[in-house]
Amino acid sequence: MITLFIVLILIFISIAIWQMIKIFDLSRAISGVKVDDSQIANDDDNKMQARFMLGFLAFIYAITIFSLVKYGKFPLISNAASEHGEQIDTLMIWTMILIFIVQTITQFLLYFFSYKYKGSKNSRALFYTDNHKLELLWTTIPAVVLTGFITYGLLTWSDVMNMKKNNDPMVVELYAQQFNWKARYAGKDNVLGKSNVRLINIDRANILGVDENDPNGQDDVITTELHLPVDRPVLFVMRSQDVLHSAYMPHFRAQMNCVPGMVTKFTFTPTITTEEMRQNPSMIDKVININNIREDKSKELALKGEEPLDPYEFDYLLLCNKICGKSHYNMQMKIIVETQEEFDNWYNQQTVFKNSLIAQN
Amino acid sequence: MAEYIEFDKDHHAHHHKETFITKYIFSQDHKMIAKQYLFTGVFFMGIIGILMSVLMRMQIAWPEQPNIIFDFLLGKWAPEGVMDADIYLALVTMHGTIMVFFVLTAGLSGTFSNLLIPLQLGARDMASGFLNMVAYWLFFVSTVLMVISIFVEAGPAAAGWTIYPPLSALELAQPGSGLGMTLWLVSMAFFIASSLLGSLNYIVTVLNLRTKGMSLTRMPLTIWAFFVTAIIGVISFPVLLSAALLLIMDRSFGTSFFLSDIFIQGEVLHYQGGSPVLFEHLFWFLGHPEVYIVLLPALGIASEVISTHARKPIFGYKAMIISILAIAFLSTIVWGHHMFVTGMNPFLGSVFTFTTLLIAIPSAVKAFNYITTLWKGNIQFNPPMLFAIGFVSTFITGGLTGIILGDSALDINVHDTYFVVAHFHLVMGISALYGMLAGIYHWFPLLFGKMMNKNLGYVHFWVTAISAYGVFFPMHFIGMAGLPRRYYTNSNFPLFDDLADTNQIITMFAIMGATIQLVFLYNFIYSMYYGKKAPQNPWKSNTLEWTASQKHIHGNWQGNIPEVYRWPYDYSKPGYNEDFVPQHIPLKKGEEEY
Repeated sequence: MITLFIVLILIFISIAIWQMIKIFDLSRAISGVKVDDSQIANDDDNKMQARFMLGFLAFIYAITIFSLVKYGKFPLISNAASEHGEQIDTLMIWTMILIFIVQTITQFLLYFFSYKYKGSKNSRALFYTDNHKLELLWTTIPAVVLTGFITYGLLTWSDVMNMKKNNDPMVVELYAQQFNWKARYAGKDNVLGKSNVRLINIDRANILGVDENDPNGQDDVITTELHLPVDRPVLFVMRSQDVLHSAYMPHFRAQMNCVPGMVTKFTFTPTITTEEMRQNPSMIDKVININNIREDKSKELALKGEEPLDPYEFDYLLLCNKICGKSHYNMQMKIIVETQEEFDNWYNQQTVFKNSLIAQN
Repeated sequence: MAEYIEFDKDHHAHHHKETFITKYIFSQDHKMIAKQYLFTGVFFMGIIGILMSVLMRMQIAWPEQPNIIFDFLLGKWAPEGVMDADIYLALVTMHGTIMVFFVLTAGLSGTFSNLLIPLQLGARDMASGFLNMVAYWLFFVSTVLMVISIFVEAGPAAAGWTIYPPLSALELAQPGSGLGMTLWLVSMAFFIASSLLGSLNYIVTVLNLRTKGMSLTRMPLTIWAFFVTAIIGVISFPVLLSAALLLIMDRSFGTSFFLSDIFIQGEVLHYQGGSPVLFEHLFWFLGHPEVYIVLLPALGIASEVISTHARKPIFGYKAMIISILAIAFLSTIVWGHHMFVTGMNPFLGSVFTFTTLLIAIPSAVKAFNYITTLWKGNIQFNPPMLFAIGFVSTFITGGLTGIILGDSALDINVHDTYFVVAHFHLVMGISALYGMLAGIYHWFPLLFGKMMNKNLGYVHFWVTAISAYGVFFPMHFIGMAGLPRRYYTNSNFPLFDDLADTNQIITMFAIMGATIQLVFLYNFIYSMYYGKKAPQNPWKSNTLEWTASQKHIHGNWQGNIPEVYRWPYDYSKPGYNEDFVPQHIPLKKGEEEY
């Protein structure tokens, strides 16, 4: 209802504006003032629009400052929870600084010139067609600056995407299907058993199509939660059984698509445990804020006689970030980063692959 | 062509009588075809596309709440007024398809290339009026098919406008991948055929039918932009056609070009050996140049409009041409930046980062040249000028964030989030839309012989401008907070609860921006019938279209075709009383060209 109300109001406002303009035109016509109805801008229009230009520049600056204040502290610009994440954040910050400088200057020039050089009947523009020095200047400056950023970016990229940079990473398979995630740990041997979707046998509970005869696969562990020991490099091996999915772990600055018919990889080292991240001051603020919002919503729900929302506690998440069908918006898996000890405790409670199979008849 | 050059004054008198059908429907006259594209592509499809975006924004702002608008417009797809998740994805897909291809490719190029290429070059018509007519009607068929696909039983295509297989290939994966997707693909096949015929016609016309004296370096920048756009289209659209054909084979004839090892809904499918990544390569080989197919005409229009209304020559004419050519060349070798995290070899990612960031250089040259054109101008703030300035502004804002997305290392974390949505909407959506609106306001007198109301134009621009920034500026930050695009609702992620209020604000701005377009629509239709009669050359422009017969006649000029003696940007040239010297005025003795 509220939506409809807003839409109606907006429609009425626009009708009102257009009626007011017509009345304004008509009243001038009636009052006998000589009306310029050529529909071509005259000096009055130029003056007025030039002022609006300056006003709009102020609007752009205001919305920029507002956005920076309101959103600048989002934990995705700082607080990376992985080793390479900090590199990416630093690069991001430098790039943002560059963008804000260029944006501020160029928008200023654009709108200020529009304001300053507003037309009038008595003035004449400067006939100025070319200036090779100037043009060379603004070809070379972007070229030089970009060379720096390209080099910096490529060094970071080649480091992040180097799958062999860590000795002995823990191998974990991320397995995507409409609309959930599974993780498969490689077990003591740290080698995943061979797999193919053609080997899926639902009756035997072999849901990931792991080769039941592969000795490497016997000690694999399949879970629906992703536990990672802190400071231990992980090599993710990704598969999908049906359509494209994308394993997006924003807090770790990690993302890779899962492609049916092929295996993709990504590697990172988590550096902050879930518990530590919950204690991070900016995260505490964020969680309090979210819980306030949720409480307000719960009150609304209570009035309608519906269940209130659960309070929120921070957890790392793996989200699907490639359109994959109806429940794409709800394809997630919890990630828990913990100490090696906690991880071992959890891991030892899981069932290994060969014991998880259901014997037939 | 001989009889065209000797076109005589009485030609119109003994011109054969045109029937309603040959004049308004199966017309071969470029001006009429331009209007046909304008009404089908821009207005008809534009209204559908914008309406869809409003529905999506309402769903994002007030998810899972009953809404009578949904109930009214979506019917069975919004049971009790709550939008269905499949239909949300269908809206995402159809909005993207309609806006990118139908409004900003066919609508923009179709209208302005058709209208301006012959008129600004001094040609009687396109090289082949017949092909031009065929191109429009293929486009029309494509439009009809795409609109029909919205109404099929299982819903329209819903795999995103990029239609990545396997999602788009398997009906088991998504109901929209049935008949809806088939119609989508067939519609696009017609669309591509239309686009190719149109583009070939533009290229041939520009190369062969320029009037005497109209050398390539005396062509208006609009024509340069349309010309280069047509070349990119001819190079890249056939690749999409081949991708679409292979996808049709996979869907209907059991081949495995893009599919392999699929287990879905309890069964293993037979596909073996194909790769969805191959499809992504083929798609983006068109998909990225497509961005420039959308953007370059807007750049061309902005150049012409800014120079004319600033009463000042465009600064660095040759640099502008070179940067159009550079952008066009680079646009064909950067498609991989859409695929950094698809599993493509990371080394290839490095190459694409390099080529992508190079595009910033010609783009920067263009932006600075526009700004310098304004410097010491005598700026006449007519509505087209406002939109052209707005174009430069959003082109800069949107373009700058490209430095983040084009950098493979940074793309990892913002890929497929709302950051991307904000970026491309500003740099190609809003910018191209502004270019198009600038064009419509500027050439309305040429199209209909009437003036549009300037005050309504001012209101239209300012409300649109505020809405555009209000929608897309905060959206960057939502993306940087990690919110993925194409989510039907974010309420399953308490992590994103603190973005809900921003999403509501964005939706308000979106509704405001969409609503104000009604003022434009009103202004357009009202002025078409009751607008003030336009003078021959209302903006005191230099280009040839303003010398043509104001009454639309077949052949454009009553008498001989004007001859051209100078470039089109002699505004405020010293030595002349008027502040413009049209192209057909001969140089004075001893006068340098520029």
